[in-house]
Amino acid sequence: MTTASPPEFVKRPTPVRKANRAIDERFGTQAGLRRNLNKVFPDHWSFMIGEIALYSFIVLLLTGIYLTLFFDPSNTEVIYHGSYVPLKGVEMSRAYASTLDISFDTRAGLVFRQIHHWAALIFVASIVVHLFRVFFTGAYRKPREVNWLIGVGLLILAILEGFAGYSLPDDLLSGTGLRIAASIAQSIPIIGTWASFLVFNGEFPGDNFLPRLYVIHILLVPGVLLALIGAHMGILWHQKHTDFPGPGKTEHNVVGHRVFPVFAVKSGGFFMMVFAMLALLGGLAQINPIWLFGPYDPSNVSAASQPDWYIGFLDGSTRLMPPWEFRGLGHTIPAVFWPTAVLPGILFTLLALYPFLEARFTGDTKSYNLLQRPREAPTRTALGAMSISFYLVLWISGGNDVIAKTFSISLNAMTWSGRIGLIIVPPIAYAITKKICLSLQAKDAEVDHHGIETGIIRQLPSGEFVEDHRPKPSPVPDHPQVPNDRFALPSANGHGNGEGKGLARRAGKAVSGFFVEEKETGPGGPSTPVGGGKH
Amino acid sequence: MTETPDTPSDMPSDPPSETSSDSAPSKVATPVATTKRSARKRGPSARRRRRSSALVLVFGLLATGVLWTMLAPTGNAAQTADANEAVRQGRALYLQGCSSCHGLVGGGSPSGPSLVGVGAAAVDFQVSSGRMPLAAPAAQADRKPPIYSATQIDQLAAYVASLGGGPEVPKVTDKDLSEADLAQGGELFRANCASCHTATGQGAPLTYGKFAPSLSEATPKQVVEAMRTGPESMPVFGDRQLSDEDAVAVTAYIKHMNETTSPGGFSLGKYGPVPEGLLAMLVGIGGLLAVCLWIGARQKV
Repeated sequence: MTTASPPEFVKRPTPVRKANRAIDERFGTQAGLRRNLNKVFPDHWSFMIGEIALYSFIVLLLTGIYLTLFFDPSNTEVIYHGSYVPLKGVEMSRAYASTLDISFDTRAGLVFRQIHHWAALIFVASIVVHLFRVFFTGAYRKPREVNWLIGVGLLILAILEGFAGYSLPDDLLSGTGLRIAASIAQSIPIIGTWASFLVFNGEFPGDNFLPRLYVIHILLVPGVLLALIGAHMGILWHQKHTDFPGPGKTEHNVVGHRVFPVFAVKSGGFFMMVFAMLALLGGLAQINPIWLFGPYDPSNVSAASQPDWYIGFLDGSTRLMPPWEFRGLGHTIPAVFWPTAVLPGILFTLLALYPFLEARFTGDTKSYNLLQRPREAPTRTALGAMSISFYLVLWISGGNDVIAKTFSISLNAMTWSGRIGLIIVPPIAYAITKKICLSLQAKDAEVDHHGIETGIIRQLPSGEFVEDHRPKPSPVPDHPQVPNDRFALPSANGHGNGEGKGLARRAGKAVSGFFVEEKETGPGGPSTPVGGGKH
Repeated sequence: MTETPDTPSDMPSDPPSETSSDSAPSKVATPVATTKRSARKRGPSARRRRRSSALVLVFGLLATGVLWTMLAPTGNAAQTADANEAVRQGRALYLQGCSSCHGLVGGGSPSGPSLVGVGAAAVDFQVSSGRMPLAAPAAQADRKPPIYSATQIDQLAAYVASLGGGPEVPKVTDKDLSEADLAQGGELFRANCASCHTATGQGAPLTYGKFAPSLSEATPKQVVEAMRTGPESMPVFGDRQLSDEDAVAVTAYIKHMNETTSPGGFSLGKYGPVPEGLLAMLVGIGGLLAVCLWIGARQKV
């Protein structure tokens, strides 16, 4: 080919092309590669939140590998002889001593530890923000329910993984957290004691718990996380990304940029920025200074011992729970069982089942590739706001001692505000959010109907002043108007008419009515009084 | 006015010296008592038997000498006069600044506890840390700049100590602190102090607006005074629980925490996961969402 005087217009093959051809000739990758590199991803800033989670996970793997080289997850007691003077000669576990060595006597050990810890906080936080985006845009609807379930699984695993990492250094804070975890395990009726003994290999703190926890933290949970992330992205790849409605966008196409080059470059750059943010935090802001907390000793406990933020809501629920202990039938159920075992069980079950509950109660079984704006599904958005406000009250209560101290508020006042707030804030959040959504819908309808206000006031010959309106510029996107259509589905009303009996049927009907409530004011309902006669 | 300070200051000094003579004898009263006792011993023995009189005389002289050398610094006539003067001055300050709550002779009132037996250390702690005089009735007195000078605080302390007993103002030297066992201090701190003041000494709330204060501004002397006197909700750590050496070790550990910058960057107030979580939300996630918006905005151009 190249030997016989090549014509000028033929490009000389670059090394990349050569390598590509070599691989293709052996594995036949060219067709698949071309198809996947040509895959189109939509552009919207909110679609990048999940990427933050992915990239911080990569940073966690990288920094974690470095830390495993130096960490010794052993309960064996040793006398510390490292370079941190205030702990010299103190008896501690090898786990704590090796964490001190990582912090003070290992090159770049401290910055790796800090980046690892900050990345863990950001990892869980970005999963939660990503979940908000998916929830409020209805991206979990058919056909994407399985990916929602995987996402909820990832969130739970990320929380467990974070807690395991928080517990490994065996400092006073870690040990206090594990002590509470052991108590929660013991609070489970009937099996509690056995469960705790199984986990800790005997009475807390056990003599070989840390090696077990280490295997869970560096092998088991990360392995499952990695597999689930693969499945999450594989399904995303296969089902294609959702997008907001817009010009040229339909239920059957994807408008955006191809993976190569635009999306790849964009994502590569974003990875660098996420890494930069985590490195900045790790380099500039101290996190978990275990040397200040001291080694774990079951007889010591520090005031204001807090878990990392993602466990904070359980700490808060425990602080708000009244000391109601149930005794009877030969068993004791301590108060701690309800806020730490039952409550998260209910919350995560509801979270996982939400897509199915919504589909059932709205009777909406269609597939969607176009997203909704939050205002277009007022009940869902209001339920989301309600849940977030419930979570926030618990979360704030988890740090109520630090808040009370910082702002000189009575701790008792903080606790009672939390208890009362937990009951009254969520319904208020629900009502306000729903009202805002309906008002925004009305506003949209008004703009559709009357055009956009121009600010130009004209006086009519009759003396009346009117404002000029100009018509809404771009045509309405060519997809069925989602909000009202969705909740006015004929099946929404019909749900429960035929199936089920008696109480279950009536309950189902009542819940359906709750979900499709805004329909009753009608598609023109909320908009007519506002848009009707005001101009 | 010149007469009144003298008589009451003598009046209360007598009964407490009897009641507290077992545990902590007042230093002004002791030398007087010993000279009386030795004089009583020498008088009758000289009158009775000559043989034993010599022995008793030698013993008495020795005892007096030993006691004198032990107690000389405070038994000095000039210093006794100084002490009396300090008590007198302290009483004047007390009547002006403290008596409205603690009563005219320190017996307390519905708005303030009795100061009989609290000791000089308690006065020095409360007044030098600005907690007393109280700015306003509240759940708990908070630290503020002291309004009395060091001399005035000593005078107040002398007066309150003259009401009876209590721990003296401890002496904590820099040498003691630098020679103390930091590791031992840290272990004692985590076992005894961290459960209220937090492991990093930042303080934490107690019930109904009371709180364990931050230790970051406490001087070594104030730390020891607090341990010995147990101000507000704090328990007393007497010398049977914490020896002087241990108390200094704990103080040295607190001083080390206050004065040493911990590695790792901005410490976020050493409050642990709460400010860490807040920073992760505001700067971490907030900043990255801003980056998302920025990249998203770029693409439309």
